[in-house]
Amino acid sequence: MLFTKDDWGKALEELRKSTRILVPVKEGDLHTFQPLAEKGIPDWNYQNTRMSPKALVYPQSERMFEYSLGEGDANAHVLKESSKEYKPQAVVGIRPCDAHAFQIVKLNFDNPEFKDPWWVKRHDSTTFVGLGCNEPCSTCFCTSVGGGPFGKKGLDVILHDLGSRFLATSLTAKGEGFLAGLKGGQKAGEKDIAEAQEMEEWAGQKISGKIPTRQLKDKVVNQLFNAPFWEEVAFSCINCGTCTFLCPTCWCFDIQDEVLGKEGDRIRNWDSCMFPLFTLHGSGHNPRDKKTQRVRQRFMHKLKYYVDKYGNGVQCSGCGRCVRYCPVNIDIRQVCELMNNY
Amino acid sequence: MENPYLPYPVRIEDITVETEDRNLKTFKFVFLNPEDEVKFSYTPGQFAELSIAGKGEIPIGIASSPTEKGFVCFTVNKVGLVSSHLHNMKKGDLMGIRGPLGNWYPWDQMEGKNVVIVGGGFAFTTLRSSIIYMLHPENRPKFKDITVVYGARSPGMLLYKEELAQWEQRKDINMHITVDSTNDPKWKYNVGFVPAITEKKIASAEDAIAIVCGPPIMIKFTQPVLEKLGFSPERIILSLEMRMKCGIGICGRCNIGDKYVCKDGPVFSLAQLKTMPPEY
Amino acid sequence: MLEYTEKIRETARKLLEEGKVEAFIGYTKGTVPMMNHPVVIRDPGKADILHWDSNCALNLCNYLTKMKGKIGIIANGCNSRNIVTHILENQVSRDQLYIVGIPCKGMVDHRAVKRAAGNREPEEVIEEGDTIVVKGRGFEETIKKKDVMQRNCLVCTHRNPVIYDEMVAPSVEEQKEVDQFKDVQMIEEMTSEKKWNFFTRAISKCIRCYACRNACPLCYCPTCFVDESRPQWVGKSSDPIDTMTFHILRAYHCAGRCTDCGACERVCPVGIPMRQFTKKLNKDALELFSWEAGLTLDQRPALDTYRPNDYNDFVR
Repeated sequence: MLFTKDDWGKALEELRKSTRILVPVKEGDLHTFQPLAEKGIPDWNYQNTRMSPKALVYPQSERMFEYSLGEGDANAHVLKESSKEYKPQAVVGIRPCDAHAFQIVKLNFDNPEFKDPWWVKRHDSTTFVGLGCNEPCSTCFCTSVGGGPFGKKGLDVILHDLGSRFLATSLTAKGEGFLAGLKGGQKAGEKDIAEAQEMEEWAGQKISGKIPTRQLKDKVVNQLFNAPFWEEVAFSCINCGTCTFLCPTCWCFDIQDEVLGKEGDRIRNWDSCMFPLFTLHGSGHNPRDKKTQRVRQRFMHKLKYYVDKYGNGVQCSGCGRCVRYCPVNIDIRQVCELMNNY
Repeated sequence: MENPYLPYPVRIEDITVETEDRNLKTFKFVFLNPEDEVKFSYTPGQFAELSIAGKGEIPIGIASSPTEKGFVCFTVNKVGLVSSHLHNMKKGDLMGIRGPLGNWYPWDQMEGKNVVIVGGGFAFTTLRSSIIYMLHPENRPKFKDITVVYGARSPGMLLYKEELAQWEQRKDINMHITVDSTNDPKWKYNVGFVPAITEKKIASAEDAIAIVCGPPIMIKFTQPVLEKLGFSPERIILSLEMRMKCGIGICGRCNIGDKYVCKDGPVFSLAQLKTMPPEY
Repeated sequence: MLEYTEKIRETARKLLEEGKVEAFIGYTKGTVPMMNHPVVIRDPGKADILHWDSNCALNLCNYLTKMKGKIGIIANGCNSRNIVTHILENQVSRDQLYIVGIPCKGMVDHRAVKRAAGNREPEEVIEEGDTIVVKGRGFEETIKKKDVMQRNCLVCTHRNPVIYDEMVAPSVEEQKEVDQFKDVQMIEEMTSEKKWNFFTRAISKCIRCYACRNACPLCYCPTCFVDESRPQWVGKSSDPIDTMTFHILRAYHCAGRCTDCGACERVCPVGIPMRQFTKKLNKDALELFSWEAGLTLDQRPALDTYRPNDYNDFVR
C-alpha cells in the first residue's frame, strides 16, 4: 500500500482510537517511542531511539506479583499475579535491527520448556511496523549479523520512505490485519516498488561496517575464554550498565521484593552482567568479581555462548548503540573481530 | 499459560535445628493446595526457590525424598537476607515454594552400579534425599553397594544426626562419618578430612559412580582422590551452587559458559565441567 | 592539539624505555567521533597510539584506584586535582606516579556538537585551533569551539595541573572572570517546590546504569550504598524516589571532593545534568569552608578534618 506521509499520519490518528500506537518522538536530544497523541508527534526522519525499544515488551521495571503482609488478611503472604493489560499495540517506525532483536531474545523468553508469560503476551499483542533505513548510521553493522537496513526479521510490516510517500508492505498475517485497519492509501504501482527496491540496495551499500562472525561457532569455548586479549579489552571499562541497558538483545533481569506498609510487590528489573552484584553469592564468593571477567562474560555471551546454545548466530542485531554510547569507547566490532580471528 | 515464576503456597509444618551453632535448620513444608504437591513432583538432586513475601527467594536443594509423601523438606543455612528471615519464622507461617527446578543426579546411569556418596558440611541435603530414595524398599534392589563418606567440622555440625545413627546400624549401606576434629571422648566414628577418609575407605571405583557435594575446598581435594581411585570424569558427579533468581534459565546470571546452573544443572559430571569455562 | 599528542607519545616512550614507569595511562583515538578510548600501555613501541584532543574528557584518575607499581599518567587541571584527592584518600601514592601535566583549553561537549550539526550524524570531527569541522553524509559544518565547550570547562578556574612531574607545554592562562556558580544560584533562588520539580525532571530519564558513578574517580567504594543488600538502602526498580535517592546521596558522597571534571555528565547515555547536584555542594564547600578539592597535598579535605576551635558554630 502506498500512503502520502500526510495520509499515513491521518490513518494512524484514526487507528489510535482502537489500538495503542507507539511512534518515535523527539524529546530534547534524543528520541523515544511514545504513544501517538497530541503531544507525541512522530519524527519519521529520526535515526534511532537512544534506548532500544525492548522496554515496550519488557519494561525496565515490571511488577510480577503482589501480596499482603497484613496478618488479618485471608491471603496474607500468598503471591498473586499483578493484573495487567495486554491491549493490542503497534510499534510504528521501529528500525529493522531492533525488530530483529526481538527475534533474537525470543529464544530466551519463549523456549520449549519455559515461557515468560509477560514477555510472550506483550510480544504477541504487539505489531511491529518497521521503517527501513535509507540512511544507516556509520556505526551500524546489521548486515554482518544476519540483518539489513531493510531486514524483515521480526517485522509484520515494512515501510519504505519514498520521500513524500510511504510504501507499506505487510510481511505477516498480523501485518496484513494492521494495514487492513488503516484508512486511505492506494495500491502501490510497479514504479513505486522498483523505487523501493533501488533504495534498499543503495542503503545496503552504505553500511560500511563488515564484522567477521563466521568462525565464532567453530572456536573452542575455553580457548576463547582464556584468550590473552581480555585484560586489554577490559582495561578502560568502568563497569556501568550503558551497553547492557541500551542493548536491544540484553535480557538479564533481577527479581526484588518491595514493601510499603503491609502491601508488597515482587518486581523484576533489568540487571547487568557488568555489575559485581549480578553474580555475588550469599557466602560472599563471587565467580565474576573482577572487571575483566565481567567484560569477558558480556562479549562471550553475545558472541560465543549464545552462538553455541542456539545455533542462531550472534546475540547482536548490529544496532550500534553500545558502539556509539559506551562512555569509554569499547567497540564490540573490534572485540568481535578479535574473537573471530583468534 | 502457567506462570513459572508463581510459587505454590505452603505452610511451615515443622522446624528442626540441625547444628550446634543453630545456623542450619530443616524446614518441613506442607502444600496449602494438595494438587500442588502433585505438580511438585521431583527427583533427588533437584532444588526449589523458597519464596518469602516481602523478602524474596532463595534456591535451596530439596532435602526430602520423593518417597516421603505429604511434605517436602529443605535444610537452610543462615547466610543472607531471605535465609535469615526464614530462620526467624515459626511453625504455621505461610510462604511459597517454586519448583522443582534444575536437573537431578543421573539415576538412570546409576542403576545397577555401586554408588559412592561424598558429602561435606551443609551440602548434604540433596544427598540425604538421595540416600532415603535409594534405601526405599522399592528402590534399594536397583543399586549395588551404597557407600557414604560424610564429614563436618565437628560432631555438632553434622546434619540429620538421628538418621545418620540409624543408617550406621543398617547392613545395606556403608557409612563413614567423619569430623575434622573433636574433643568428645565418646565419638565413635572417624576423625579426619573428607578427602583423606575417602581415600582410606573407598576400596575401588569399579562399576561405581561418585556423587560429590560440599564446599569448594572439599571438592577441590576430593576430585584428585577419586580420580586416583579410578573414577573417570564421566563418573564423578558434582552439584554446583550459583547466585540465581529465576531458576528457569531466563534471567541470565547463573551461567557457566552456555549452561545455566539453574536449568542445565545444578548437577554436572566432572567430564562436562572440564569442557566449560572454570567460572564458578 | 597535535603538538600535545606528539609530546605525550614522546614522554611515554621515554618513561617506559627508561623503566621509570611500568605502565602509562592515556587516551587513544576512539572508533567513533568525539569518543576517545582510555588505554594503558606497557610497551614503549605502542606509545604512538596515544592521542590528545578536546574529547579527552573522562577522568583517568579513575584507573589509578589501588593500582600497583610505577605508573605514568597524563593529567589536565581537573584530573590532577582528582589525583591529589586520590593520594590524600590513600588510593594511590605520590611516589608511584609520574604525572605528565596537560595545560587544558577545555573539552568539547559531544552533544552540543551534534546539536550544532543539526542532529545529523557526524562521521568525522576535525579540530583546527579554535574551530571544529563536522563532516557527515552530505554536510560539513564549521563551529567555533567556544560555542560547544563542556559547561564545566566554561567555568573552570584550574585549567593547569596542580601537581605534575613534567608539562607537555607551558601553562595556559587561567579563566579569571568566570561566574562559577551562576547556574547554582539560579536554582537556589527557586522555591522549594520549583527546585523539587527541577530535579525531578532532570533525573526523570535516568536508567540507573550508574555510568555517572562509575566514571567518577571519587566513587571507589568496594560496595556502593545502592548495591548494599543488608540493609538495602535503595530499591532497584526505576522508582523515581529511589532514583532521586541515588543521585542525591551520590552527590553528597562527593561533597568537598568533586573537581567538576564533568565526566559524570559526559558519559550519561540519556543526558542528565547531574552536575547540578555536585555543583551546589562545591559552592557550599567553597563558601562555608573556603575549600576547593584537590588543590594541595598539604591540607586534609574540609570534610575529613575537625578543629575544636573551628570558627563555624555548627561544628562545635
